[in-house]
This record gives sequence, structure tokens and C-alpha cells, in this order.
Amino acid sequence: MRSLPLGLQVPGDTVWHRLPTGRKLLGLVLLGVGVVALQGPWLPLLALAAALGVALHAGVPARSLALGVRPLLVLLAVVAALQTWQRGWPVAVEVVATTLTLVVLATTFTATTPTDDLLDAVVRAARVLRPFGVDPERVALTFSLAISSIPVVTTLFTQTREAAKARGLERSPRATLTPFAVRTVAHAHAVGDALAARGLGDPD
Amino acid sequence: MIRFEDAGVTVDTPDGDLAILEPTDLTLTEHRVGVIGANGSGKSTLARLVNGLVSAASGTVRVDGLDVATDGPAVRRRVGFVFTQPAAQLVMPTVLEDVALSLRRHVKDKREREARARAVLADIGLADRADTSVHALSGGQQQLLAIAGVLACEPTVVVADEPTTLLDLRNARAVQERLLSMEQQLLLVTHDLDLARRCDRALVVEDGRVTCDDDPERAVAHYVESALS
Repeated sequence: MRSLPLGLQVPGDTVWHRLPTGRKLLGLVLLGVGVVALQGPWLPLLALAAALGVALHAGVPARSLALGVRPLLVLLAVVAALQTWQRGWPVAVEVVATTLTLVVLATTFTATTPTDDLLDAVVRAARVLRPFGVDPERVALTFSLAISSIPVVTTLFTQTREAAKARGLERSPRATLTPFAVRTVAHAHAVGDALAARGLGDPD
Repeated sequence: MIRFEDAGVTVDTPDGDLAILEPTDLTLTEHRVGVIGANGSGKSTLARLVNGLVSAASGTVRVDGLDVATDGPAVRRRVGFVFTQPAAQLVMPTVLEDVALSLRRHVKDKREREARARAVLADIGLADRADTSVHALSGGQQQLLAIAGVLACEPTVVVADEPTTLLDLRNARAVQERLLSMEQQLLLVTHDLDLARRCDRALVVEDGRVTCDDDPERAVAHYVESALS
């Protein structure tokens, strides 16, 4: 089973699926702030358990969830080790549990929200900026592109690293980072062309 | 109908303007027009002029009488564009959402948008993949999805720039058949000479000039002779 790609909805009819997108997004922001404010090791752990319960209730496959947070684990292990060394294990647990809670909540949000609904919510929120010349549809499209570009950019990085490795240059950051940057910009150009061709940058 | 009126394209270089497409005069009324030529010959530039992805430095390009330079948005509503790399065209997480994205500008009602997107997917044979991640599709399915995104807007002209170059034989066939069976006028840039032969008219582009504009068999023969001589 693959990890759950960002922005890919898990179809369902749970209370989390039925919540209006705007309220859900606001709830996510408030919960995020609340979770970060929690102190000590036990409350963040409780929050993580609650977030996992919500995710499973929303139908997010447990294995997909685990695979989704796996890339973070190395980073979190380093952070935990540093925090334990400098500030003690309770702070390490607090930081790790808080981060995982935020990731699980964000994954649950995207899994229970069709991207089209998310775009509508962003368009509604961005309407207040219309008097300043901001096109709400463009803001929403930018939001969507940011989400959908993550797996593409990850793939580009993997391919570039493999190409460097094939030439025996796996220890040279320049051999990976320079072509990676060039390919990412080239991809952005190609996406820009495709969006222009679909008329998505045109005025109404 | 696509009309090139002495339309040419140049790029700035330190040594002055370099013509990548010499002024070209063409009227394309046939249902399926093939464009063949070597890499870097100017085929894609010619195709990109049709919906304004490339601007003409001289002359005019018109689609159904509309000037691409001055009526860009109206032209792009009439002209759909299929690129070589389908992955760059797919910007939404799921198949259904990507087709629906094409409709966002013109269909404000979400249910209607979704219904129309589902109808296009059914027509192109991807109905059962509607809720699938676009990254989980094969290359051929991604190209079919890109075509679905184009057809959802009900264009009168479809421009396809080497749409089968990256596909295996089976997927290439599926995409070819879909493109050739469309009711829209098709401007097809391709290296596949068999595909070019199935068009109603073919253009050969060499060194930024249309050197042959003829019946596909004769145009392909001209290109082969020119390329291999």
C-alpha cells in the first residue's frame, strides 16, 4: 500500500466528511494553535491519541497514515535526541507528539475534503482581497498547485539523485541540487504553459 | 479554421533577432492537419502560435476569425492544447478534480461541473478511475486524462504537440485513436509518420519554414527524402 498522497480524498460519509470545508479549515487552524500551546509530555500524547482516533474514524487507512509520517521519523528522532540532551525527555516527547499530531490532523483534513471544495473555501476567503486587485480563483489555484506539486517535486528529487548516483556522484550535493533546481524550474514552466493553455490565467 | 497571415516568430540573441519560424501564410480548414519535421525545426512553435503560448513577432494568427494576439482568452476557450508531457498538465490530486478544474472558470455550479467532468471521463474511458490519484495512472491514462481536461471545455480546435512520443505502443494507439476520432479540428505535431499519413493534410517544417504543404503521403515522402539525404 502506498502512503496517502497529499490532497487525495478518502471517500466516506463520516461526520468529518460532512463538516463544511470552511469550518473544518478554521477548526484545523484553531486545533493546531491549541496543540502547540500544550505543555508537558502527557497532554500532547493525549492529543496525538485523539488525532489518531479522528483519522481512523474518518476512514484514513492506518497503514497509509504510518507510511505518510514515516519520512518525518528520522528528523523527529534527531529532534528528540537533541531535546532530550538539552532540555530533558518530557520536552522531547512534547515536541515529537505535537508535530505528529499536526501531521495527522492535516492528513485527515485533506483526506476528508475534496480539493474542489477546498478551492471553493479559499476562493470565498480570498474574496475580501478582491478590492486590492487579488483574483480569488488565482489564489485558490496557487493553493492547489502548492499541494499537488509536492509529490512531483519529490519524484524529481529522487530521479535527480538516482542520476547522480548512476554517475558515481552520490556524495556531491552540487551534482544533485543543481540539476534538481533546473528540473524543478523547467517543470514549473511546463505547468505554467499548461495552465495558460487551459485558460486558467485568463480573466473571467 | 486556423489562419496564419505571415506569422513569424523570432527570439532575441546577442547577435540580434533569430527567426525560429519564418513568416508563414497558411489557411487550415481540414479536419486533421499533421505537422512533421525534425527536432528543433519549428513545429512546436507553429503549434503554440495557435493559442498564444508563443506570440507572433510579425503577422497575425486567427482562429475562427479571432486574432490570437488581441482575443487571447476567447481563442483559448476555442483551442484546447495537449502537451507531450501529460504530468505537467495534471495539477489536481484526483482524476475527476483535474477535469473539473478545466470547467471552474465557466461552470460555477459545483454539481454541474462534476456531472460534466464525469460525462467526459466516461466518454474517454476513465470513468472507473474518477477518484484515483492522477499520479497512480499510467502514462497513457495520464495523456487520456489530459485530453479529457481539454475536451471538457468543448473546444472547436485541438492542438496536440507530440502527444504520443513518451507512450508505449498500446497507450500510443489508444491516444491516437481518441485524437483521430474527435469531431474537433485537430492540429497534430508528431514524429509518427504513420499517424501523419492518417491526417487529411500534412505540413513539413524544416529550419523554421514550412517546406511542404501537401497530401500526407506526399508530405511524408518529402520529409523522409529530405531528412535522410
